[in-house]
Amino acid sequence: MSEQRGMVERRGLGHWFTHLGLIIGVLFIFFPIWLAFVASTVTQADIVQPPMPLLPGGHFIENYTEALVSGVNAPVATMMFNSLIMALGITIGKIVISLTSAFAIVYFRFPGRTIFFWLIFLTLMLPVEVRIVPTYEVIANFGMLNSYSGLIFPLIASATATFLFRQFFLTVPDELTEAARVDGASPMQFFWHILLPMSRTNIAALFVILFIYGWNQYLWPLLITTDPSMNTIVMGIKQMFPSGDDLADWPVIMATSILAMVPPVIVVISMQKLFIRGLVDSEK
Amino acid sequence: MEKRVIFKGWMLPALLLLPQIVITAVFFFYPAGQAIWQSMFVPDPFGLKTQFVGLGNFEYLLGDPFYRASFVTTAIFSSLVTLVSMGVALYLAILADRLIKGSGTYRTLLIWPYAVAPAVAGVLWMFMFNTRVGVASWYLGLLGYDWNHVLNEAEAMGLVVVASSWGRISYNFLFFLAGLQAIPRSVIEAAAIDGAKFWTRFRTIVWPLLSPTTFFLLVVNVVYAFFETFGVIHTITAGGPQQATTILVYKVYSDGFVSQDLGSSAAQSVILLLLVGILTVIQFKFIERRVHY
Repeated sequence: MSEQRGMVERRGLGHWFTHLGLIIGVLFIFFPIWLAFVASTVTQADIVQPPMPLLPGGHFIENYTEALVSGVNAPVATMMFNSLIMALGITIGKIVISLTSAFAIVYFRFPGRTIFFWLIFLTLMLPVEVRIVPTYEVIANFGMLNSYSGLIFPLIASATATFLFRQFFLTVPDELTEAARVDGASPMQFFWHILLPMSRTNIAALFVILFIYGWNQYLWPLLITTDPSMNTIVMGIKQMFPSGDDLADWPVIMATSILAMVPPVIVVISMQKLFIRGLVDSEK
Repeated sequence: MEKRVIFKGWMLPALLLLPQIVITAVFFFYPAGQAIWQSMFVPDPFGLKTQFVGLGNFEYLLGDPFYRASFVTTAIFSSLVTLVSMGVALYLAILADRLIKGSGTYRTLLIWPYAVAPAVAGVLWMFMFNTRVGVASWYLGLLGYDWNHVLNEAEAMGLVVVASSWGRISYNFLFFLAGLQAIPRSVIEAAAIDGAKFWTRFRTIVWPLLSPTTFFLLVVNVVYAFFETFGVIHTITAGGPQQATTILVYKVYSDGFVSQDLGSSAAQSVILLLLVGILTVIQFKFIERRVHY
Protein backbone atom coordinates (compact mmCIF):
# COMPACT_ATOMS: atom_id res chain seq x y z
CA MET A 1 0.00 0.00 0.00
CA SER A 2 2.64 2.49 0.97
CA GLU A 3 4.62 1.74 -2.17
CA GLN A 4 1.58 2.32 -4.34
CA ARG A 5 0.85 5.62 -2.64
CA GLY A 6 4.40 6.47 -3.45
CA MET A 7 3.76 5.72 -7.09
CA VAL A 8 1.21 8.48 -7.23
CA GLU A 9 2.68 11.09 -4.97
CA ARG A 10 6.36 10.44 -5.45
CA ARG A 11 8.16 10.67 -2.18
CA GLY A 12 11.80 9.94 -1.46
CA LEU A 13 14.22 9.28 -4.29
CA GLY A 14 11.70 9.69 -7.10
CA HIS A 15 10.76 13.03 -5.64
CA TRP A 16 14.32 14.28 -6.13
CA PHE A 17 14.47 12.96 -9.65
CA THR A 18 11.34 14.94 -10.40
CA HIS A 19 12.96 18.11 -9.11
CA LEU A 20 16.17 17.29 -10.97
CA GLY A 21 14.29 16.91 -14.26
CA LEU A 22 12.49 20.20 -13.76
CA ILE A 23 15.67 22.03 -12.79
CA ILE A 24 17.38 20.79 -15.95
CA GLY A 25 14.40 22.10 -17.92
CA VAL A 26 14.57 25.47 -16.19
CA LEU A 27 18.31 25.69 -16.86
CA PHE A 28 17.80 24.86 -20.54
CA ILE A 29 15.25 27.67 -20.75
CA PHE A 30 17.45 30.11 -18.85
CA PHE A 31 20.82 29.44 -20.43
CA PRO A 32 20.48 31.46 -23.67
CA ILE A 33 19.22 34.44 -21.68
CA TRP A 34 21.98 34.12 -19.10
CA LEU A 35 24.54 34.04 -21.89
CA ALA A 36 23.06 37.15 -23.48
CA PHE A 37 23.14 38.87 -20.11
CA VAL A 38 26.78 37.93 -19.54
CA ALA A 39 27.67 39.15 -23.04
CA SER A 40 26.00 42.46 -22.26
CA THR A 41 28.30 43.01 -19.27
CA VAL A 42 31.69 42.29 -20.81
CA THR A 43 33.81 43.93 -23.50
CA GLN A 44 33.93 43.12 -27.19
CA ALA A 45 37.46 41.76 -26.66
CA ASP A 46 36.14 39.21 -24.13
CA ILE A 47 33.65 37.92 -26.67
CA VAL A 48 35.72 37.76 -29.82
CA GLN A 49 38.27 35.49 -28.17
CA PRO A 50 36.18 32.40 -27.57
CA PRO A 51 35.18 30.96 -25.31
CA MET A 52 33.56 34.00 -23.77
CA PRO A 53 33.27 34.10 -19.95
CA LEU A 54 30.21 32.51 -18.37
CA LEU A 55 30.04 34.96 -15.47
CA PRO A 56 29.08 38.64 -15.74
CA GLY A 57 31.82 41.21 -16.16
CA GLY A 58 32.07 44.79 -14.98
CA HIS A 59 30.85 46.70 -18.03
CA PHE A 60 27.13 46.59 -17.38
CA ILE A 61 26.56 50.32 -17.01
CA GLU A 62 28.91 51.20 -19.86
CA ASN A 63 27.29 48.83 -22.39
CA TYR A 64 23.72 49.63 -21.48
CA THR A 65 24.38 53.34 -21.51
CA GLU A 66 25.97 53.07 -24.94
CA ALA A 67 23.02 51.05 -26.25
CA LEU A 68 20.37 53.33 -24.80
CA VAL A 69 22.03 56.61 -25.72
CA SER A 70 23.67 55.91 -29.08
CA GLY A 71 22.90 52.32 -30.16
CA VAL A 72 24.08 51.37 -33.65
CA ASN A 73 21.67 52.98 -36.12
CA ALA A 74 19.39 54.70 -33.63
CA PRO A 75 19.44 55.04 -29.83
CA VAL A 76 17.80 52.01 -28.23
CA ALA A 77 15.84 54.34 -25.96
CA THR A 78 14.13 55.71 -29.09
CA MET A 79 13.37 52.21 -30.34
CA MET A 80 11.94 51.23 -26.96
CA PHE A 81 9.74 54.28 -27.01
CA ASN A 82 8.50 53.31 -30.49
CA SER A 83 7.79 49.78 -29.30
CA LEU A 84 5.89 51.12 -26.32
CA ILE A 85 3.72 53.37 -28.49
CA MET A 86 3.08 50.54 -30.92
CA ALA A 87 2.25 48.00 -28.21
CA LEU A 88 -0.03 50.40 -26.33
CA GLY A 89 -1.65 51.61 -29.54
CA ILE A 90 -2.49 48.08 -30.64
CA THR A 91 -3.65 47.07 -27.17
CA ILE A 92 -5.83 50.06 -26.40
CA GLY A 93 -7.12 50.42 -29.96
CA LYS A 94 -8.13 46.82 -30.22
CA ILE A 95 -9.78 46.73 -26.81
CA VAL A 96 -11.77 49.93 -27.44
CA ILE A 97 -13.12 49.05 -30.88
CA SER A 98 -13.82 45.48 -29.76
CA LEU A 99 -15.74 46.54 -26.67
CA THR A 100 -18.02 48.89 -28.59
CA SER A 101 -18.68 46.54 -31.49
CA ALA A 102 -19.30 43.55 -29.23
CA PHE A 103 -21.76 45.70 -27.28
CA ALA A 104 -23.55 46.64 -30.52
CA ILE A 105 -23.69 43.05 -31.73
CA VAL A 106 -24.94 41.58 -28.47
CA TYR A 107 -27.32 44.26 -27.20
CA PHE A 108 -29.01 45.52 -30.37
CA ARG A 109 -30.99 44.13 -33.25
CA PHE A 110 -30.42 45.94 -36.52
CA PRO A 111 -30.47 45.01 -40.17
CA GLY A 112 -27.30 43.28 -41.32
CA ARG A 113 -26.25 42.40 -37.80
CA THR A 114 -25.49 38.79 -38.68
CA ILE A 115 -23.52 39.84 -41.75
CA PHE A 116 -21.42 42.24 -39.70
CA PHE A 117 -20.80 39.53 -37.21
CA TRP A 118 -19.59 37.08 -39.84
CA LEU A 119 -17.49 39.69 -41.62
CA ILE A 120 -15.71 40.45 -38.40
CA PHE A 121 -15.47 36.79 -37.64
CA LEU A 122 -13.75 36.08 -40.98
CA THR A 123 -10.78 38.16 -39.86
CA LEU A 124 -10.06 35.65 -37.14
CA MET A 125 -8.60 33.41 -39.77
CA LEU A 126 -5.99 35.58 -41.42
CA PRO A 127 -2.85 36.82 -39.72
CA VAL A 128 -1.17 39.88 -41.20
CA GLU A 129 1.66 37.67 -42.48
CA VAL A 130 -0.41 36.31 -45.36
CA ARG A 131 -1.46 39.67 -46.77
CA ILE A 132 1.72 41.66 -46.32
CA VAL A 133 2.22 42.93 -49.86
CA PRO A 134 -1.25 44.47 -50.42
CA THR A 135 -1.41 45.78 -46.85
CA TYR A 136 1.96 47.40 -47.40
CA GLU A 137 0.59 49.09 -50.54
CA VAL A 138 -2.39 50.45 -48.62
CA ILE A 139 -0.10 51.93 -45.99
CA ALA A 140 2.21 53.36 -48.65
CA ASN A 141 -0.73 54.96 -50.51
CA PHE A 142 -1.93 56.59 -47.33
CA GLY A 143 1.57 57.95 -46.73
CA MET A 144 1.70 56.00 -43.50
CA LEU A 145 5.14 54.44 -43.92
CA ASN A 146 7.42 55.27 -40.98
CA SER A 147 4.49 56.36 -38.84
CA TYR A 148 2.89 55.07 -35.66
CA SER A 149 -0.52 54.80 -37.31
CA GLY A 150 1.02 52.64 -40.04
CA LEU A 151 2.52 50.39 -37.37
CA ILE A 152 -0.68 50.14 -35.38
CA PHE A 153 -3.78 50.03 -37.60
CA PRO A 154 -3.17 46.91 -39.71
CA LEU A 155 -2.57 44.93 -36.53
CA ILE A 156 -5.82 46.11 -34.97
CA ALA A 157 -7.80 44.79 -37.93
CA SER A 158 -8.70 41.45 -36.42
CA ALA A 159 -11.65 40.34 -34.40
CA THR A 160 -10.26 38.06 -31.71
CA ALA A 161 -11.05 40.55 -28.98
CA THR A 162 -14.52 41.29 -30.36
CA PHE A 163 -15.26 37.63 -30.23
CA LEU A 164 -14.02 37.36 -26.67
CA PHE A 165 -16.12 40.26 -25.42
CA ARG A 166 -19.15 38.93 -27.28
CA GLN A 167 -18.79 35.61 -25.47
CA PHE A 168 -18.47 37.40 -22.15
CA PHE A 169 -21.38 39.79 -22.70
CA LEU A 170 -23.61 36.83 -23.50
CA THR A 171 -23.00 35.50 -19.99
CA VAL A 172 -24.03 38.76 -18.31
CA PRO A 173 -27.46 38.17 -16.69
CA ASP A 174 -30.41 39.76 -18.50
CA GLU A 175 -31.80 40.92 -15.16
CA LEU A 176 -29.11 43.58 -15.02
CA THR A 177 -30.13 44.99 -18.38
CA GLU A 178 -33.76 44.81 -17.34
CA ALA A 179 -33.08 46.67 -14.10
CA ALA A 180 -31.05 49.31 -15.91
CA ARG A 181 -33.85 49.89 -18.37
CA VAL A 182 -36.48 50.10 -15.64
CA ASP A 183 -34.33 52.71 -13.93
CA GLY A 184 -34.30 54.66 -17.18
CA ALA A 185 -30.64 54.16 -18.06
CA SER A 186 -29.67 54.82 -21.67
CA PRO A 187 -27.75 52.11 -23.55
CA MET A 188 -24.50 54.02 -23.14
CA GLN A 189 -25.10 54.50 -19.41
CA PHE A 190 -25.64 50.77 -19.12
CA PHE A 191 -22.46 50.14 -21.09
CA TRP A 192 -20.43 52.59 -19.07
CA HIS A 193 -21.69 51.95 -15.55
CA ILE A 194 -22.54 48.26 -15.61
CA LEU A 195 -20.96 46.39 -18.50
CA LEU A 196 -17.51 47.99 -18.40
CA PRO A 197 -16.95 47.52 -14.65
CA MET A 198 -18.06 43.91 -15.01
CA SER A 199 -15.57 43.34 -17.84
CA ARG A 200 -12.64 44.68 -15.84
CA THR A 201 -10.86 41.36 -15.40
CA ASN A 202 -11.39 40.34 -19.02
CA ILE A 203 -10.04 43.67 -20.20
CA ALA A 204 -6.99 43.39 -17.97
CA ALA A 205 -6.27 39.84 -19.09
CA LEU A 206 -6.57 40.82 -22.72
CA PHE A 207 -4.38 43.85 -22.09
CA VAL A 208 -1.52 41.62 -20.94
CA ILE A 209 -1.76 39.31 -23.96
CA LEU A 210 -2.13 42.10 -26.50
CA PHE A 211 0.71 44.12 -25.01
CA ILE A 212 3.09 41.20 -25.47
CA TYR A 213 1.72 40.57 -28.95
CA GLY A 214 2.23 44.20 -29.94
CA TRP A 215 5.66 44.57 -28.37
CA ASN A 216 6.96 41.42 -30.05
CA GLN A 217 5.87 42.24 -33.62
CA TYR A 218 8.67 41.74 -36.10
CA LEU A 219 7.67 41.38 -39.74
CA TRP A 220 5.35 44.37 -39.93
CA PRO A 221 7.72 46.97 -38.44
CA LEU A 222 10.48 45.47 -40.58
CA LEU A 223 8.49 46.29 -43.70
CA ILE A 224 7.18 49.72 -42.97
CA THR A 225 9.84 51.42 -40.86
CA THR A 226 12.78 52.22 -43.10
CA ASP A 227 13.79 55.22 -41.00
CA PRO A 228 15.97 53.97 -38.10
CA SER A 229 14.40 56.49 -35.74
CA MET A 230 11.03 54.72 -36.27
CA ASN A 231 12.39 51.18 -35.74
CA THR A 232 10.95 49.17 -32.91
CA ILE A 233 13.41 47.46 -30.60
CA VAL A 234 12.51 43.87 -31.54
CA MET A 235 13.03 44.47 -35.25
CA GLY A 236 15.90 46.90 -34.65
CA ILE A 237 18.23 44.27 -33.16
CA LYS A 238 18.73 42.54 -36.48
CA GLN A 239 19.45 45.91 -38.10
CA MET A 240 22.36 46.36 -35.69
CA PHE A 241 24.35 43.60 -37.36
CA PRO A 242 26.75 44.92 -39.97
CA SER A 243 26.36 43.60 -43.49
CA GLY A 244 29.24 41.60 -44.84
CA ASP A 245 32.14 40.39 -42.79
CA ASP A 246 32.47 43.19 -40.26
CA LEU A 247 32.38 42.20 -36.65
CA ALA A 248 29.10 42.84 -34.85
CA ASP A 249 29.16 44.98 -31.72
CA TRP A 250 28.12 42.06 -29.52
CA PRO A 251 28.00 43.71 -26.07
CA VAL A 252 25.70 46.47 -27.34
CA ILE A 253 23.57 44.06 -29.39
CA MET A 254 23.16 41.72 -26.44
CA ALA A 255 22.33 44.61 -24.11
CA THR A 256 19.65 45.58 -26.62
CA SER A 257 18.31 42.01 -26.70
CA ILE A 258 18.00 42.04 -22.92
CA LEU A 259 16.29 45.44 -23.02
CA ALA A 260 13.89 44.11 -25.68
CA MET A 261 12.67 41.34 -23.40
CA VAL A 262 12.52 43.21 -20.11
CA PRO A 263 9.13 44.98 -20.55
CA PRO A 264 7.09 41.96 -21.74
CA VAL A 265 8.77 39.67 -19.21
CA ILE A 266 7.95 42.07 -16.37
CA VAL A 267 4.35 42.15 -17.57
CA VAL A 268 4.12 38.35 -17.61
CA ILE A 269 5.72 37.84 -14.21
CA SER A 270 4.00 40.65 -12.36
CA MET A 271 0.59 39.83 -13.80
CA GLN A 272 0.92 36.09 -13.99
CA LYS A 273 -2.68 35.31 -13.04
CA LEU A 274 -4.10 37.74 -15.58
CA PHE A 275 -1.64 36.51 -18.18
CA ILE A 276 -2.67 32.88 -17.78
CA ARG A 277 -6.30 33.84 -17.80
CA GLY A 278 -5.83 35.95 -20.93
CA LEU A 279 -4.00 33.14 -22.66
CA VAL A 280 -6.68 30.59 -21.86
CA ASP A 281 -9.52 33.01 -22.68
CA SER A 282 -8.12 34.06 -25.99
CA GLU A 283 -7.51 30.53 -27.16
CA LYS A 284 -10.70 28.80 -26.26
CA MET B 1 -27.20 32.17 -28.04
CA GLU B 2 -29.11 35.44 -28.04
CA LYS B 3 -30.02 38.09 -25.52
CA ARG B 4 -33.66 38.28 -24.44
CA VAL B 5 -33.37 41.84 -23.27
CA ILE B 6 -32.05 44.30 -25.81
CA PHE B 7 -31.99 48.00 -26.56
CA LYS B 8 -33.84 49.65 -29.41
CA GLY B 9 -32.52 51.72 -32.29
CA TRP B 10 -30.00 51.27 -35.05
CA MET B 11 -28.13 54.58 -35.13
CA LEU B 12 -26.22 53.92 -31.93
CA PRO B 13 -25.14 50.35 -32.78
CA ALA B 14 -24.11 51.50 -36.26
CA LEU B 15 -21.96 54.18 -34.66
CA LEU B 16 -20.50 51.71 -32.21
CA LEU B 17 -19.60 49.29 -34.99
CA LEU B 18 -18.21 51.93 -37.30
CA PRO B 19 -14.58 52.04 -36.07
CA GLN B 20 -14.14 48.30 -36.35
CA ILE B 21 -15.90 48.13 -39.72
CA VAL B 22 -13.76 50.91 -41.19
CA ILE B 23 -10.47 49.54 -39.89
CA THR B 24 -11.31 46.00 -40.95
CA ALA B 25 -12.45 47.13 -44.40
CA VAL B 26 -9.42 49.29 -45.11
CA PHE B 27 -6.70 47.19 -43.53
CA PHE B 28 -8.12 43.73 -43.89
CA PHE B 29 -10.75 43.11 -46.55
CA TYR B 30 -9.32 45.46 -49.13
CA PRO B 31 -5.76 44.03 -48.89
CA ALA B 32 -7.06 40.46 -48.77
CA GLY B 33 -9.14 41.17 -51.88
CA GLN B 34 -6.10 42.77 -53.50
CA ALA B 35 -4.06 39.64 -52.79
CA ILE B 36 -6.63 37.50 -54.59
CA TRP B 37 -6.86 40.01 -57.45
CA GLN B 38 -3.09 40.43 -57.87
CA SER B 39 -2.60 36.69 -57.80
CA MET B 40 -4.24 36.55 -61.24
CA PHE B 41 -1.94 39.07 -62.94
CA VAL B 42 1.68 39.34 -63.99
CA PRO B 43 3.44 42.65 -64.60
CA ASP B 44 5.01 43.08 -68.06
CA PRO B 45 8.84 43.20 -68.17
CA PHE B 46 8.87 46.99 -67.93
CA GLY B 47 6.49 47.08 -65.00
CA LEU B 48 4.22 49.49 -66.87
CA LYS B 49 1.07 47.45 -66.97
CA THR B 50 -0.11 44.07 -65.82
CA GLN B 51 -1.53 41.22 -67.80
CA PHE B 52 -4.33 38.92 -66.72
CA VAL B 53 -3.15 35.34 -66.45
CA GLY B 54 -6.00 33.72 -64.51
CA LEU B 55 -4.63 30.83 -62.53
CA GLY B 56 -1.33 31.09 -64.37
CA ASN B 57 0.58 32.22 -61.28
CA PHE B 58 -0.71 29.24 -59.35
CA GLU B 59 0.17 26.84 -62.14
CA TYR B 60 3.62 28.33 -62.34
CA LEU B 61 4.07 28.14 -58.57
CA LEU B 62 3.00 24.54 -58.29
CA GLY B 63 5.43 23.63 -61.05
CA ASP B 64 8.24 25.67 -59.51
CA PRO B 65 10.76 23.37 -57.81
CA PHE B 66 11.75 26.13 -55.37
CA TYR B 67 8.17 26.59 -54.24
CA ARG B 68 7.65 22.88 -53.88
CA ALA B 69 10.88 22.66 -51.92
CA SER B 70 9.58 25.42 -49.67
CA PHE B 71 6.46 23.36 -49.00
CA VAL B 72 8.56 20.39 -47.97
CA THR B 73 10.78 22.63 -45.83
CA THR B 74 7.71 24.07 -44.11
CA ALA B 75 6.31 20.60 -43.47
CA ILE B 76 9.58 19.38 -41.94
CA PHE B 77 10.13 22.57 -39.99
CA SER B 78 6.65 22.80 -38.51
CA SER B 79 6.50 19.09 -37.63
CA LEU B 80 9.83 19.33 -35.84
CA VAL B 81 8.93 22.53 -34.00
CA THR B 82 5.60 21.07 -32.91
CA LEU B 83 7.16 17.80 -31.85
CA VAL B 84 10.09 19.31 -29.95
CA SER B 85 8.17 22.08 -28.19
CA MET B 86 5.25 19.83 -27.25
CA GLY B 87 7.45 16.89 -26.28
CA VAL B 88 9.65 18.87 -23.92
CA ALA B 89 6.64 20.74 -22.52
CA LEU B 90 4.71 17.53 -21.85
CA TYR B 91 7.71 15.99 -20.14
CA LEU B 92 8.15 19.02 -17.87
CA ALA B 93 4.42 19.25 -17.21
CA ILE B 94 4.25 15.60 -16.15
CA LEU B 95 7.13 16.19 -13.75
CA ALA B 96 5.58 19.37 -12.34
CA ASP B 97 2.22 17.64 -11.97
CA ARG B 98 3.81 14.95 -9.80
CA LEU B 99 4.87 17.49 -7.23
CA ILE B 100 2.49 18.14 -4.39
CA LYS B 101 4.11 21.43 -3.55
CA GLY B 102 6.16 23.72 -5.71
CA SER B 103 4.58 23.20 -9.11
CA GLY B 104 3.56 26.88 -8.99
CA THR B 105 7.19 27.93 -8.54
CA TYR B 106 8.30 25.91 -11.54
CA ARG B 107 5.42 27.31 -13.51
CA THR B 108 6.61 30.85 -12.81
CA LEU B 109 10.15 29.89 -13.77
CA LEU B 110 9.06 28.20 -16.97
CA ILE B 111 6.37 30.45 -18.41
CA TRP B 112 8.08 33.77 -18.83
CA PRO B 113 10.06 32.94 -21.98
CA TYR B 114 6.65 33.18 -23.65
CA ALA B 115 7.24 36.93 -23.46
CA VAL B 116 10.49 36.74 -25.43
CA ALA B 117 9.86 37.64 -29.07
CA PRO B 118 10.73 34.95 -31.63
CA ALA B 119 13.11 37.41 -33.28
CA VAL B 120 14.93 37.98 -29.97
CA ALA B 121 15.05 34.22 -29.38
CA GLY B 122 16.59 33.97 -32.84
CA VAL B 123 19.32 36.45 -31.94
CA LEU B 124 20.09 34.61 -28.66
CA TRP B 125 20.50 31.25 -30.36
CA MET B 126 22.39 32.72 -33.27
CA PHE B 127 24.82 34.21 -30.74
CA MET B 128 25.29 30.87 -28.98
CA PHE B 129 25.99 29.06 -32.22
CA ASN B 130 27.79 31.86 -34.03
CA THR B 131 30.61 30.31 -36.02
CA ARG B 132 33.12 32.92 -34.87
CA VAL B 133 32.22 33.78 -31.28
CA GLY B 134 29.50 31.30 -30.23
CA VAL B 135 29.99 29.45 -26.96
CA ALA B 136 28.11 26.36 -28.10
CA SER B 137 29.95 26.11 -31.40
CA TRP B 138 33.28 26.62 -29.61
CA TYR B 139 32.64 23.76 -27.17
CA LEU B 140 31.41 21.60 -30.04
CA GLY B 141 34.69 22.38 -31.74
CA LEU B 142 36.55 21.10 -28.66
CA LEU B 143 34.66 17.85 -29.03
CA GLY B 144 35.86 17.69 -32.60
CA TYR B 145 32.59 18.75 -34.22
CA ASP B 146 32.87 21.55 -36.73
CA TRP B 147 29.58 23.45 -36.41
CA ASN B 148 28.68 25.75 -39.27
CA HIS B 149 25.01 26.50 -39.78
CA VAL B 150 25.88 29.16 -42.34
CA LEU B 151 26.97 26.44 -44.76
CA ASN B 152 25.42 23.24 -43.49
CA GLU B 153 21.74 22.87 -44.34
CA ALA B 154 20.87 20.30 -41.69
CA GLU B 155 22.55 22.34 -38.97
CA ALA B 156 20.73 25.47 -40.11
CA MET B 157 17.40 23.63 -39.92
CA GLY B 158 18.29 22.19 -36.52
CA LEU B 159 19.15 25.61 -35.16
CA VAL B 160 15.97 27.36 -36.34
CA VAL B 161 13.90 24.45 -35.02
CA VAL B 162 15.48 24.65 -31.56
CA ALA B 163 15.28 28.45 -31.46
CA SER B 164 11.61 28.37 -32.51
CA SER B 165 10.71 25.62 -30.04
CA TRP B 166 12.54 27.13 -27.10
CA GLY B 167 10.15 30.00 -26.31
CA ARG B 168 7.16 27.92 -27.27
CA ILE B 169 7.82 25.37 -24.51
CA SER B 170 6.38 27.81 -21.95
CA TYR B 171 3.09 28.09 -23.76
CA ASN B 172 2.67 24.34 -24.23
CA PHE B 173 3.80 23.65 -20.68
CA LEU B 174 1.11 25.94 -19.31
CA PHE B 175 -1.67 24.20 -21.21
CA PHE B 176 -0.35 20.69 -20.55
CA LEU B 177 -0.01 21.38 -16.84
CA ALA B 178 -3.55 22.75 -16.69
CA GLY B 179 -4.79 19.72 -18.62
CA LEU B 180 -2.99 17.30 -16.29
CA GLN B 181 -4.23 19.05 -13.18
CA ALA B 182 -7.78 18.82 -14.46
CA ILE B 183 -7.62 15.02 -14.45
CA PRO B 184 -9.31 13.82 -11.24
CA ARG B 185 -6.77 12.46 -8.76
CA SER B 186 -9.20 9.77 -7.68
CA VAL B 187 -9.12 8.10 -11.11
CA ILE B 188 -5.34 7.91 -11.10
CA GLU B 189 -5.23 6.74 -7.48
CA ALA B 190 -7.79 4.05 -8.19
CA ALA B 191 -5.62 2.75 -11.02
CA ALA B 192 -2.56 2.88 -8.78
CA ILE B 193 -4.35 0.87 -6.10
CA ASP B 194 -5.23 -1.67 -8.76
CA GLY B 195 -1.52 -1.98 -9.31
CA ALA B 196 -1.09 -0.01 -12.53
CA LYS B 197 2.45 1.29 -12.87
CA PHE B 198 3.27 4.79 -14.07
CA TRP B 199 3.50 3.97 -17.77
CA THR B 200 0.32 1.91 -17.75
CA ARG B 201 -1.53 4.74 -16.00
CA PHE B 202 -0.13 7.25 -18.44
CA ARG B 203 -1.03 5.22 -21.51
CA THR B 204 -4.49 4.15 -20.43
CA ILE B 205 -5.77 7.09 -18.39
CA VAL B 206 -3.72 10.26 -18.58
CA TRP B 207 -2.99 10.34 -22.32
CA PRO B 208 -6.60 9.76 -23.45
CA LEU B 209 -7.93 12.32 -20.97
CA LEU B 210 -5.30 14.77 -22.11
CA SER B 211 -6.06 14.35 -25.81
CA PRO B 212 -8.30 17.44 -26.22
CA THR B 213 -5.42 19.57 -24.88
CA THR B 214 -2.93 17.76 -27.08
CA PHE B 215 -5.02 18.17 -30.20
CA PHE B 216 -5.63 21.82 -29.49
CA LEU B 217 -1.92 22.43 -28.97
CA LEU B 218 -1.10 20.51 -32.13
CA VAL B 219 -3.11 22.89 -34.29
CA VAL B 220 -1.98 26.02 -32.45
CA ASN B 221 1.66 25.02 -32.72
CA VAL B 222 1.44 24.26 -36.41
CA VAL B 223 -0.07 27.71 -36.96
CA TYR B 224 2.71 29.19 -34.81
CA ALA B 225 5.39 27.37 -36.82
CA PHE B 226 3.82 28.51 -40.10
CA PHE B 227 3.58 32.22 -39.33
CA GLU B 228 5.13 33.47 -36.14
CA THR B 229 8.54 31.94 -36.67
CA PHE B 230 9.36 34.44 -39.40
CA GLY B 231 11.45 36.41 -36.89
CA VAL B 232 13.56 33.36 -36.04
CA ILE B 233 14.26 32.50 -39.67
CA HIS B 234 14.98 36.08 -40.64
CA THR B 235 17.43 36.68 -37.80
CA ILE B 236 19.30 33.35 -37.91
CA THR B 237 19.48 32.12 -41.50
CA ALA B 238 17.54 34.52 -43.76
CA GLY B 239 16.14 31.41 -45.44
CA GLY B 240 19.52 29.90 -46.28
CA PRO B 241 21.77 28.13 -46.91
CA GLN B 242 20.51 27.33 -50.41
CA GLN B 243 16.94 28.05 -49.29
CA ALA B 244 17.15 25.16 -46.81
CA THR B 245 15.15 27.10 -44.22
CA THR B 246 12.89 29.09 -46.55
CA ILE B 247 9.46 28.36 -45.11
CA LEU B 248 6.34 29.53 -46.96
CA VAL B 249 5.90 32.78 -45.05
CA TYR B 250 9.52 33.64 -45.58
CA LYS B 251 9.11 33.04 -49.31
CA VAL B 252 6.08 35.35 -49.51
CA TYR B 253 8.28 38.00 -47.94
CA SER B 254 11.39 37.39 -50.02
CA ASP B 255 9.53 37.08 -53.34
CA GLY B 256 7.32 40.07 -52.60
CA PHE B 257 9.76 42.49 -51.03
CA VAL B 258 13.21 41.33 -51.96
CA SER B 259 12.64 40.17 -55.56
CA GLN B 260 9.50 42.31 -56.06
CA ASP B 261 7.65 39.49 -57.83
CA LEU B 262 4.20 40.71 -56.81
CA GLY B 263 2.03 38.30 -58.78
CA SER B 264 3.80 35.27 -57.44
CA SER B 265 3.90 36.63 -53.90
CA ALA B 266 0.16 37.35 -54.04
CA ALA B 267 -0.57 33.86 -55.31
CA GLN B 268 1.51 32.49 -52.44
CA SER B 269 -0.50 34.62 -50.02
CA VAL B 270 -3.69 33.11 -51.38
CA ILE B 271 -2.34 29.58 -50.96
CA LEU B 272 -1.31 30.38 -47.38
CA LEU B 273 -4.73 31.87 -46.80
CA LEU B 274 -6.32 28.59 -47.87
CA LEU B 275 -3.97 26.65 -45.60
CA VAL B 276 -4.87 28.78 -42.57
CA GLY B 277 -8.53 28.43 -43.49
CA ILE B 278 -8.24 24.65 -43.51
CA LEU B 279 -6.38 24.62 -40.20
CA THR B 280 -9.00 26.87 -38.61
CA VAL B 281 -11.85 24.70 -39.86
CA ILE B 282 -10.15 21.59 -38.52
CA GLN B 283 -9.77 23.27 -35.20
CA PHE B 284 -13.37 24.42 -35.10
CA LYS B 285 -14.76 21.10 -36.18
CA PHE B 286 -12.94 19.06 -33.62
CA ILE B 287 -12.62 21.18 -30.57
CA GLU B 288 -14.58 24.35 -31.11
CA ARG B 289 -11.76 26.55 -30.04
CA ARG B 290 -10.29 29.47 -31.89
CA VAL B 291 -6.75 30.61 -32.35
CA HIS B 292 -4.98 33.57 -33.75
CA TYR B 293 -3.74 36.94 -33.27
